[in-house]
Amino acid sequence: MSSATSPVLIKVENVYKRFPLPEGKGEFTVLSQIDLEVRAGEVLALLGRSGSGKSTLLRIMAGLIPPSQGQVWSNGRPLRGPNPDVAMVFQSFALLPWLTVQENVELGLKAQGIPREIRRQKALKAIDLVGLDGFENAYPKELSGGMKQRVGFARAFVLEPKVLFMDEPFSALDVLTAENLRGEIDELWNTHAFPSQSILIVTHNIEEAVFLADRVVILGSKPGRIRGEVKIDLPRPHERTDPRFKSLVDYIYEIMTNPEIPVTSEVAVPRAPSPYALPLPHARVGGISGLLELIVEWPQARVEIAELAERLQLAVDDLLPILDAAVLLGFAEVTGRVVQLTEIGQDFANTTILRSKDLFRQQLLARVPVFRSILQTLEEKNSRSMRADFFLDLWDEHFPHEEAERQFATAIDWGRYAELFEYDASEDRLYLPEPSESSSAQ
Amino acid sequence: MRTFPSPEVLRRLPAGAADGAIVLGTLVLLAVVAQVGAGAFEQFQPPAVVPRIDLDPRNLPYYAARSTLRMFIALAFSTLFTLIYGYVAAKSRWAERILIPLLDILQSVPVLGFLSITVTGFIALFPGSLLGLEAASIFAIFTSQVWNMTFSFYQSLRTLPQELVEAATLYRLSGWQRFTQLELPAAMVGLIWNAMMSFGGGWFFVAASEAISVLNQEYTLPGLGSYVEAAIQAEDLPKLGWAILTMAVVILLVDQLFWRPLVAWSDKFRLEQSAGAAVPESWLYDLLTTARIPRLIGRGFSPLAEGVDRLLAYLTRPRWGDPLSPEAERRRERLLTRLSWLAIGGLGVWLVYFVSTTVGFGEVMLVFGLGILTLLRVSVLLALATVVWTPIGVAIGFNPRLAKLLQPVVQFLAAFPANFLFPFATLLFIRAQISIEWGSILLMSLGAQWYILFNSIAGAQSIPTDLREMAMNLGLQGWKLWQKLIIPGIFPAWVTGGITASGGAWNASIVSEIVTWGATTLKATGLGTYIAEATAGGDWPRITLGIGMMSLFVVGINRLFWRRLYQLAEEKYHL
Repeated sequence: MSSATSPVLIKVENVYKRFPLPEGKGEFTVLSQIDLEVRAGEVLALLGRSGSGKSTLLRIMAGLIPPSQGQVWSNGRPLRGPNPDVAMVFQSFALLPWLTVQENVELGLKAQGIPREIRRQKALKAIDLVGLDGFENAYPKELSGGMKQRVGFARAFVLEPKVLFMDEPFSALDVLTAENLRGEIDELWNTHAFPSQSILIVTHNIEEAVFLADRVVILGSKPGRIRGEVKIDLPRPHERTDPRFKSLVDYIYEIMTNPEIPVTSEVAVPRAPSPYALPLPHARVGGISGLLELIVEWPQARVEIAELAERLQLAVDDLLPILDAAVLLGFAEVTGRVVQLTEIGQDFANTTILRSKDLFRQQLLARVPVFRSILQTLEEKNSRSMRADFFLDLWDEHFPHEEAERQFATAIDWGRYAELFEYDASEDRLYLPEPSESSSAQ
Repeated sequence: MRTFPSPEVLRRLPAGAADGAIVLGTLVLLAVVAQVGAGAFEQFQPPAVVPRIDLDPRNLPYYAARSTLRMFIALAFSTLFTLIYGYVAAKSRWAERILIPLLDILQSVPVLGFLSITVTGFIALFPGSLLGLEAASIFAIFTSQVWNMTFSFYQSLRTLPQELVEAATLYRLSGWQRFTQLELPAAMVGLIWNAMMSFGGGWFFVAASEAISVLNQEYTLPGLGSYVEAAIQAEDLPKLGWAILTMAVVILLVDQLFWRPLVAWSDKFRLEQSAGAAVPESWLYDLLTTARIPRLIGRGFSPLAEGVDRLLAYLTRPRWGDPLSPEAERRRERLLTRLSWLAIGGLGVWLVYFVSTTVGFGEVMLVFGLGILTLLRVSVLLALATVVWTPIGVAIGFNPRLAKLLQPVVQFLAAFPANFLFPFATLLFIRAQISIEWGSILLMSLGAQWYILFNSIAGAQSIPTDLREMAMNLGLQGWKLWQKLIIPGIFPAWVTGGITASGGAWNASIVSEIVTWGATTLKATGLGTYIAEATAGGDWPRITLGIGMMSLFVVGINRLFWRRLYQLAEEKYHL
């Protein structure tokens, strides 16, 4: 992991790039006022839409094109000509079709004048690393797209560069191949088997950036400029299933679709949606179980909502919260105007009170995250109890106070029934039930 | 297409047999080259000692070998020139600004007009030997081949895939490595294809340059072309038939033994990375790759090659200096443009002075008029060839099996030197009382029309199948189909064919506006006749005026007509 104290490998200082317009009609600014650092041990992503000059910036840092103004420093030296600390993986692979896999991989070593035997050994090692052993003598046109890009990686790996540059390396591959290769590259990095100290990847794929990078630099368009950066503070590997992963992707998506939103920094990134933000429908457990017992009487345990309301002599508006609760808990499903009990719902309606409590607890913990959160809070306390205000405050963040109190009341009702916790109204505290009682839940 | 013997058979063939075949083939080739090449050093003391052509058909293989050797020597020089000229033009921006327009002009100068100048020069270089004439003939072939190849190479270097160039730069390939690993391989397919086409065109010039009369002197080199010339003088039709048969056999042999293996080998340099649809095949290439000897020799030389490679790589290692500031670069460019205009202007003034002091401006107007007449002939030819060959070409192109069958035939017809057929046409004109004024159009078209035909075939093949299905689906038929799909679809290919055919026709006018059969000479009024007569008479001012005028016509028509069509084709009808 890198930190602010890790050595800076490449530094971009106030770089501008302008291209002359055809027929001498002035200039076109592609990049404006770019300041950027690549530090040892980090994966940095340059994320931008087309026209943000991200590939141009990469090529300036690689020393392939000179900046119009400003300076690039590589390993402390001002950059003139191609950057010796960098190897690059190209979007369309850039393999020489007339050379075999091994000859392609050896190309950079050959240019350095390394003797044949050492060249061969290094190349074979790199080819092995990307999982292409056995294909040393194949020509690129015999390989699939994914395998070609593996050759591209091997050719870059073999040079053991300080920084590996990747220019949209997966965008010419089909979705599954790209996913696969990206995962392998990430694994190499995470297991410290990666042959470079840092990675700089240019991409327009937000998920890819969040998946691979420790830091995502967001570029704006017209002219290309740095809008800000987002720290990806997830443990490696970055799991897509992590709610925070999704919220980071959503946040960056929002920034990229709205050029006027300022990219403040990591503080602005919302945490994963709080379990307290999900509203509980206001339904008592008695209402829910009553409804289920009623519906189960209909053939195949399905009935039209209007018919049900009429039978109960309830307005549909009053019936809906109960139905919502049944759906939330996975006891019923509503399709169109028809409600249908699930298997668990039918089980719940037909079984004994003890077993129904078990079912209810099981469903609460599986489907309503706020109960898991409350339970976790209580378990973390030595006293195995907590003031009710604490939870009420959490609801207060997401609802008006009155509604927060109603949410609290509903949660208490459901939690007590499920014997997840107890509530002492006089002390205004929540307790975990005594171990002997909870053992019935095991 | 089946090749014989098929690759499967060869694979079953023990490598030893293939090796034997190769050793034998190499020895035979060396012996033939040594035998034929020695002939070039024959005594030559004009006017007393001049090589004579023996019309006995048994001498034909020897004459054919002499002509073929000339072709290959010219090809070698063309390749060398192409690599150097194209490389310099593509690498240096200021060289490019001079070399490319120059190439454009050189391409338009009628090659046959050169002969008179070069023959005199080369004879002076090698007094008392046939080498001077040999060199002049080779030079004529060279000038007919080289421009196309150079343009192709230059184009390939300028259109290298961006990412490959970046990879080469980033991995710090030296100049030598860049050339051998990236630039030359990337240009290979186009270079070989163009060389093959130019080589086919070269037979025309080998025939025309072996027997010419320059400065009131008859010069004859032993070869197929001079054999034909002698047969014409003798009015001997059967001998002409033998010559044509020999020519056909030579073209087929060179195709099978040289071009086909080369094309098959160069297929690995194709830049499209997907497996190609039709891989070119060659039995000889299969033989060479089956045999062990070439590989063993290769392995034996590899340490040496590696050493040389590393030395050259070291000598041409990349250097990075500060680039010129844009301001300085612009100044340099402006200076260069001015200099080149100055040079062109100076040359123009000199030409005007030379012509006005020798032949006078009346002559200039007359030659311009002759140019218009030849232009008319070329235009009629193009129109006729288009009307006749385009529908046939499209019909062939739309039928893949027919195309596969006929394309080699059409390529053969294009490569076959039309001037071998001239005597038959001349005889026809004499017998049927056809005026050469019109007949010369037929003569010019004997060589030029094939370019229209095979570009039409290629154009029709390039129309995507889904577009043709769409047209069928919409019920487009007859003229509507041509108007909406076929004409726009084959337009770019037709323009390419048209440029080539027109260039070929201008060149051919020098030998087709004036033809002989025995003692009879038919002469058409035109620029071609004018140049041919001036060349024969050694009239320098008129040679200069004629060649200058023809170059002017070709360059002018290219600029005013073909280039615009080309742009239209690129912008609007690019598929």
